[in-house]
Amino acid sequence: MTTGTPSASRRVRTGTHFMLGNHAVVEGALAAGCSFFAGYPITPANEISEHMAARMPEVGGTFLQGEDELFSVYAVTAASLAGAKAMTATASAGYNYMQEGIEYAVSAEVPCVIVDVQRCRGENYATQADIMQARWGAAGDHEMVVLAPSSVQELFDETIRAFNLAEKYRIPVIVLSETTIALMRENLVIPEPDQIEIVQRARPTQPRDQFVPFAAPPDGCPPLPAFGEGYRILHSINPHDERGGIRWNPDVFDRLYQRITRKVLAHYEDIVKTEAFYLDDAELGLVAYGSETRPALEAVEQARARGLRAGLLKLKTVWPVPEREIGALAAQCRVLFAVEMNIGKYAGEIERVAGGRCEVVRVTKNRGLVHAPGEILAAIEKSLGGR
Amino acid sequence: MSEPKNPLRKYLRPGSLPHFFCSGCGAAQVLNLFTQAADELQLDWDRLLGIGGVGCAARIPVYLDIDAMHGIHGRTLAWATGAKLANPELKVVIFAGDGDAAAIGGNHLIQAARRNLDVTMIVVNNLTFGMTGGQVAPTTPQRSRSTTTPYGNPEEPFDLCRLVAAAGGTFVARTNTYRPRAAVSLLKKALQHEGFAFVEIVTPCPTYFGRKAIGSGDPVRVLQWIEDHSLTLKQAEGQDAEHLAGKFVLGTFVDTRKPVYRGGSLIPAQEVGDA
Repeated sequence: MTTGTPSASRRVRTGTHFMLGNHAVVEGALAAGCSFFAGYPITPANEISEHMAARMPEVGGTFLQGEDELFSVYAVTAASLAGAKAMTATASAGYNYMQEGIEYAVSAEVPCVIVDVQRCRGENYATQADIMQARWGAAGDHEMVVLAPSSVQELFDETIRAFNLAEKYRIPVIVLSETTIALMRENLVIPEPDQIEIVQRARPTQPRDQFVPFAAPPDGCPPLPAFGEGYRILHSINPHDERGGIRWNPDVFDRLYQRITRKVLAHYEDIVKTEAFYLDDAELGLVAYGSETRPALEAVEQARARGLRAGLLKLKTVWPVPEREIGALAAQCRVLFAVEMNIGKYAGEIERVAGGRCEVVRVTKNRGLVHAPGEILAAIEKSLGGR
Repeated sequence: MSEPKNPLRKYLRPGSLPHFFCSGCGAAQVLNLFTQAADELQLDWDRLLGIGGVGCAARIPVYLDIDAMHGIHGRTLAWATGAKLANPELKVVIFAGDGDAAAIGGNHLIQAARRNLDVTMIVVNNLTFGMTGGQVAPTTPQRSRSTTTPYGNPEEPFDLCRLVAAAGGTFVARTNTYRPRAAVSLLKKALQHEGFAFVEIVTPCPTYFGRKAIGSGDPVRVLQWIEDHSLTLKQAEGQDAEHLAGKFVLGTFVDTRKPVYRGGSLIPAQEVGDA
């Protein structure tokens, strides 16, 4: 161990814990190598800041409480360009403010992780209403990578995955948490440090005079040196050429935006993760994400107990849309059920991907409450009523 | 015979010229003054981080051959805080217009001053929103015309140096581009200061402030107008508020030392004042 490098045991709290979801996010971030966190108070994300404030000094990292969410997201992008793995966390109202910084991170290709603990318009009740903002909140053309954990364990695991994807593709990655899992305590198993896959961003291997800072294959991203290493790079949100110059040129602009969207879409297998439950012979396919996957799975098991061939496709990555998996399910099933806790937003994506290959039934509500399994089962049975 | 080359040209980012500043723009002069100050101090250009937001002054680090961030309005100090704390070895210099620093970024300004963030902030105060077309700014003199105050500005402008001094800035000074040597000297002091160093440079915007507020787009006349409305701290001594209204008092208002900001929490066992 070199001086100043936190020991792995301080960073990674190997063992079995009974832990709060918000704390699991912090432990996941530290396990992934996060050394910079900036946040602003907001419920129900506060335990992330509070736990970061206590833990960061133990690992030699930096914790900041700024004056607002804009400060948080911009401090994080700058810390990342200075070489740190950096994260911020907020809840829906604060997430609004961060969109501008996310746009910067997209355009300047700054690796960072943003946690949004979704809440109901100022009240700390369960919802998934930010699902579209997570995709479309930032201005300008972009792809977003958004992960939707459904448990305390997944908050830990997916936060690590978020850092890995952010570093690998030089992108902001959103961890779309929810009041439900953020404020829930569950068992969490933290593996040994050497059992956790950690990705570090690629750094240039050539000297400055041979390094073109934004040159990359059409579906790739360039290596990223840190500030102070002598590469003297301009990181502008403005459309920039391969050298970082910001003189307007439609072809240069087009090439940049094609590349920063393709670098996400071209790595579908690496980025898009789903889990299948009882899908092999399913003709009734539930599609859900986040905490709604929990009652959805129970509903599937109850339906199976009644002899119905139901199954669940759990989306761990919500953006980009798991089109291959949803599409295959649409081709296989008679009915898909879009289960979510909002007015019915992601349901539109499922309908789009299904493309008329099967019926899509919306099972949605936004009352601050997760669906009860019985409600979902009732929706399944209702859809079969006329048959 | 080859054309003589400006010895400071080596500090400009390769391929970044021609610049986009209007003739007589004060921001371009500040670019020049900064390279002089940095040259005289022999700053390590590999360790420099230049931060610009949005606006004419924000383009200055685009032309400097250093690591730079650019293109977000009002968040220069949030960027500066993140970079400086992630790597305290960096020398962070902010180039902000008055709109960037005092309007959209005003809260960040007072918070960074209060924390005594160890960065140099150069506010290029051209008394207007130049890049967007000459709209009124929080620094536009009262009763002045702008493109959004066609009948005159009813608001009192900010005295940015007083604001930053009150908020806790540890080096606070003002000059103008009529006095280039004084400006270079102040910039050098600011760059050598440990803590929040704030330098306001009153600069001409002939294109908008000049034409709209003082009726002339002639760079020399606008620069002269600024100097005619400037007086030194010594000259201002004993003068009442009425005489000083609409004037730019030039000088160093604060030059003191305080512990610098190192993060949101004392490290365990660290005492206040230990920094």
